[in-house]
Amino acid sequence: MELYDLSALALAAAIRDRQVGVAEAAGAFLDRIEKTDPAISAFITVDRADAMARAAAAQAAIDAGEATSPLAGVPVGVKDNISVRGLPTSCASKILEGYVPVFDATVTDRLTQAGLVVVGKLNMDEFAMGGSTETGVHGPTRNPWDTARVPGGSSGGSAAAVAAREIPLALGSDTGGSIRQPCAFCGATGLKPTYGAVSRYGLVAYASSLDQIGPIARSVDDCAALLAAISGPDARDSTCVVDAPFAFDQTPDEGLDGMTVGLPRNYFEGGIDGDVKKAVLAAAKQLEALGARVEEFVMPMMEYTVPAYYIIACAEASSNLSRFDGVKYGYRSPKAATLSELYLDTRSEGFGLEVKRRMMLGNFVLSSGYYDAYYKKALQARALIKDAYNALFKKYDLILSPVAPTTAYHLGENLDDPLKMYMGDIYTVPVNLAGLPAVAMPCGFDGQGLPVGFQLVGDTFAEPLLIRAGRAYQRVTAHHLKQPGREAE
Amino acid sequence: MQIDGALIAYLEDLSRLSLSDAEKTRLAGDLTAIVGYMAKLDELDTAGVPERSHPFDHTNAFRADVVGDSFDRALILRNAPDAGDEAFRVPKTVE
Amino acid sequence: MSWETVIGLEVHTELATKSKIFCACTTAFGGSPNTHVCPVCSGMPGTLPRLNRQVVEFAIRTGLALDCDITRYGKFDRKNYVYPDLPKAYQVSQLYAPICQNGHLDIDAGGVPKTIAIREIHMEEDAGKLIHDPLTGSTLVDYNRCGVPLLEIVSQPDFRSAAEVLAYLEKLRETLLFLEVSDCKMQEGSLRADVNLSVRRTGETALGTRTEMKNLNSFRAIGRAIAYEAARQIDVLEEGGVITQETRRWDDDKGVSYSMRSKENAQDYRYFPEPDLLPLRVDDDWVERERAALPELAHQKRARYIADYGLSEKDAATLTGHKRVSDLFEALADKTAAPREAANLVTGELMRLLNRTGTLPEDLSADSGTLARLITLVLDGKINRNAYKEAVEAVFTEDADPDEYISAHGLLMLSDDGAVAEAVAAVVADNPKSVADYRAGKQQALGFLMGQAMRRLGGKGNPAAVSQALKERLN
Repeated sequence: MELYDLSALALAAAIRDRQVGVAEAAGAFLDRIEKTDPAISAFITVDRADAMARAAAAQAAIDAGEATSPLAGVPVGVKDNISVRGLPTSCASKILEGYVPVFDATVTDRLTQAGLVVVGKLNMDEFAMGGSTETGVHGPTRNPWDTARVPGGSSGGSAAAVAAREIPLALGSDTGGSIRQPCAFCGATGLKPTYGAVSRYGLVAYASSLDQIGPIARSVDDCAALLAAISGPDARDSTCVVDAPFAFDQTPDEGLDGMTVGLPRNYFEGGIDGDVKKAVLAAAKQLEALGARVEEFVMPMMEYTVPAYYIIACAEASSNLSRFDGVKYGYRSPKAATLSELYLDTRSEGFGLEVKRRMMLGNFVLSSGYYDAYYKKALQARALIKDAYNALFKKYDLILSPVAPTTAYHLGENLDDPLKMYMGDIYTVPVNLAGLPAVAMPCGFDGQGLPVGFQLVGDTFAEPLLIRAGRAYQRVTAHHLKQPGREAE
Repeated sequence: MQIDGALIAYLEDLSRLSLSDAEKTRLAGDLTAIVGYMAKLDELDTAGVPERSHPFDHTNAFRADVVGDSFDRALILRNAPDAGDEAFRVPKTVE
Repeated sequence: MSWETVIGLEVHTELATKSKIFCACTTAFGGSPNTHVCPVCSGMPGTLPRLNRQVVEFAIRTGLALDCDITRYGKFDRKNYVYPDLPKAYQVSQLYAPICQNGHLDIDAGGVPKTIAIREIHMEEDAGKLIHDPLTGSTLVDYNRCGVPLLEIVSQPDFRSAAEVLAYLEKLRETLLFLEVSDCKMQEGSLRADVNLSVRRTGETALGTRTEMKNLNSFRAIGRAIAYEAARQIDVLEEGGVITQETRRWDDDKGVSYSMRSKENAQDYRYFPEPDLLPLRVDDDWVERERAALPELAHQKRARYIADYGLSEKDAATLTGHKRVSDLFEALADKTAAPREAANLVTGELMRLLNRTGTLPEDLSADSGTLARLITLVLDGKINRNAYKEAVEAVFTEDADPDEYISAHGLLMLSDDGAVAEAVAAVVADNPKSVADYRAGKQQALGFLMGQAMRRLGGKGNPAAVSQALKERLN
């Protein structure tokens, strides 16, 4: 058994017991990345010297008794829209070419405090706008289960790196499914926290009222430990309203007796792939076997969530991305001679097509004459969606659903049809609109051997319940332990 | 609704983008389809429904009026594509 | 055919908080470019705002002083536009639910009282500064002012003349100063006004098309710009033209305004609720706390000075012309228990000195303890009025120590020591004729003898003490 086969918690235990040094662990994963990543392209930046310096600092903190978290010493990868001082942060966009943050995101600070070792930055869809990790300036990331296919997105680099065992833990961000969907496509486990549970300070904003950073790993246990390290209030983020970090406890499995799980019947009609449906319904049966009561219901507002999501997300994005103008950081067009050209040329050359599409859409729904019909209407739809969830959580502890209607598709397959791509977000976006927590994990494979994922959605700050249920499920199933078979050892 | 050339030009202006002809044609089609799909929301009766801009109902996050350290100017200017010793530099702004 | 001018004002005032509205950088004026800057106020990717509570408190106090309704559930909104002085490419402001609404301010324009309605007051952040670099022909960008908190106070179009506008601005400035929410230094840009102006024929009720004038940096410029713009619009209309709704920039050197580029006129700001800030909930307790914290305002002080101290309206007005002046007056009145004498000093000698030295009231730094000491000395007869004036000037211009100055310049009057007795004895001995005249009943002889005694004392004798000693000697 190699070091990279250990779970994050097991690796940390080995480091605590002095069987493995932090530098040794970091070195093993850096070697692994060097060997396997050329086929996957999950990482954008790997700086060995920087990583080894961080490893030495973490070892010193562990030796001094300052880093006592259950993950101290474990290497971690960070999505490239999260600031790590001294490492380029590009959001996979040309417009941030050469940008190296002079400050750490709050989550980066917390990783350091917990003794985790950042070894590199992970690929994504440009500015987290997409579900395939194909559109970035650094090229596509490939799915470790089939490199002709996409890893999902936008945190495709994070999920692929974890699935390929290039890294035991990664941070992703989820605005409309960007942690959960790539985890489903790659067979990884990821948790999208309640909006306001993890600080967004230092996360380059896509849609501020929807974005949330969360953990990706190979198990619910590892995700829970990483969530404990990064969550908690932050004076720098006014929307980080959680009272305290989530505690990490490894108390024995209590089973799911007394838990009621809602199953939205209408999520399984229409465009869903047959193998996906079968695997997700099997997961529901498994929860039942663990003691939960599963009840079917009809999810209200289903057809309105994707329109509401894209209106709100694009509106916020159009404003958030205006600051990339070639004045303060990143790319500036060499052609620009006047101020007007500085803006137009820099932005036209610096942004890719999907980002341009969403900025144009966002400016449309906010512009004079269209605001009420689109943006205001979407905010009202959001209120109705939130109300619907509030009513559902009076009846159910958790809601179980698919993550995506299909398994991983081929590179380039959906690029020409943005609307089709947007509709693929139907199971994930309502969770962000309502700010709820959700955990996604593998529940089987389709006929082509590609992973299928399901998600459990909880009420606000119900992460402990999600973790309990997910842990119980993974204790009796082995889908999350499977490795991409085609990798060359 | 049809997103025509004039509206595309207006949105380009708001987005500070100058699109190629191919991009304009492409986005006019895409946006027409997407906006048509968004019009689905018209079916919803939202009379009297409040506009929810946050997923939660929290209010009042403040800081005290206490001065802290600013950043070294060198750090503020470090990533600038063009800067003098003390300031960012841009082409002449027209009055 | 006569014309009526209709004016509304948007006044921006920088708040006197110590730190910026959304980060901990200082608001201190000046400073080398980009030294009062951090990742938040320079708009680095991923940074987030955190609202300075003091800004809200100042806004509520201002609203209460202007009789506004305080909005109980408020929000911030983003105003989107691109310019190099705005690093995030949006200004955080308030459109949909400003903190204060529906207030008013009573003014007195040349003896005519009038009430100006205030539509709203909202909080927002200031932008940075652009500096033309003549060496390279490019523009340099300084973010020191980015994120300095502003209040925008928006009036209804209730003004009909420049005189009303100026009376309003004076009263508003006075109110903000006495509230201590802003230093209102126009020369540092902490009080700025945009003027919305239209004209219509007398008797018409519909409003004409308005223009907005920016870059008005002094009361004088505002008065001139209004006169110019009203005349220009009337000329255009009388010649059969139409007024274009536009933003115009006032050039105070040339005394003309000109249209800004049309692109800046048709702005679509795409306001929407700022998702990075939480809504603002202001409950009754909070409003009442701010009401209790309201200081005495200028018009309240004027009434009190007249009623309690018996001061004239003119003196009361002078004393409340600036917060610094009334603070000094009240400290002097308190320390000397002689408010009339304190009022005379401030409205007389100190005002003369401020004018002569070109000192602005906001820079008045005279020490009340020092000046109180001089008042006590003159009231106790230790120095005469001339010496008092001289010492006040020395204290004002050289920051002199009053006792040292008086002793160094020999200004202390002689009253009860031997010198007075000695001088009186010598004068009586040297002037037997006058002594005889006095004793024969000629009162004017006493005046002559007094003069002689004072001369002997080198002008430092206390007249009362000398007169008493002389009478005792003669009778």
